[in-house]
Amino acid sequence: MTQPKSYRTPLGRARGLGAAHHGVGHFIGQRASAAALLFLLLWGVWSALTVASAGYDGAVGWLHSPVNAGILVLLLGAAFYHGRLGVQVIIEDYVHTALAKTLSLLVNTFVCFGAFVIAALSVLKVAFSVIGAA
Amino acid sequence: MAEGKVDAGPPVVRARPMAPHLQVWRWHVTMTASILHRATGVGMYLGALILTGWAIALASGPDAYAAYTGLLGSPIGKLVLFGFTVCIFFHMANGVRHLVWDFGKGFLPKTADATAVAAMAFAVVAAVVVWAIALLTGAAA
Repeated sequence: MTQPKSYRTPLGRARGLGAAHHGVGHFIGQRASAAALLFLLLWGVWSALTVASAGYDGAVGWLHSPVNAGILVLLLGAAFYHGRLGVQVIIEDYVHTALAKTLSLLVNTFVCFGAFVIAALSVLKVAFSVIGAA
Repeated sequence: MAEGKVDAGPPVVRARPMAPHLQVWRWHVTMTASILHRATGVGMYLGALILTGWAIALASGPDAYAAYTGLLGSPIGKLVLFGFTVCIFFHMANGVRHLVWDFGKGFLPKTADATAVAAMAFAVVAAVVVWAIALLTGAAA
């Protein structure tokens, strides 16, 4: 009769020995958004050069193009998604007490989701505004 | 857990090995690039919030927009935006470096050193070029 190596389950043996909180979602999401941001940021810098000298009316007119408004919302989404993942790693690296870590991660998430929604709605409000009515 | 032993009781949480930290390493350019990647990432996090402020100001009307762009156009505002530009281009170049590593390429010490220096040089040159264009076209007036 063979002696069992251990009565403990694989999960029981793994617990407490590592992160094991998530799979590859973070890794892939970070790289996919990085690839998107490579193009979105080049567009963003180029656009900033155009819009900076255009004044209020010029900026509003620029956002009336659905292409500009659409890409800007994509840029904001990719940036806050990628930024949230990056700052999450920094928090996990340097904040080790459970409460402070949980709160920091929560604040990071709230800031990124909150800023994205507000920024995107601002862009859409301007994009849908009637020229001359603002 | 030793092989062949029947163990029971609560799981034992062993002290995990710690990675050697900054003080045991000789300074190296790849280390600087790594630290800069994180620092510029945080810089861009703040930059994204500045962009959010711009969108809010634009949606709030001409007066709010004039006040906000006046703030961005002040000497301190321009300094912050120039720093933001450097952050964008360094993080972008070093990000491409990371993506190349993900394909298993570019790990030779000489290659890694050269690409680290290239990313830093690109960041400064690209930011200066963008701001030169901004000054010439009146975008940074």
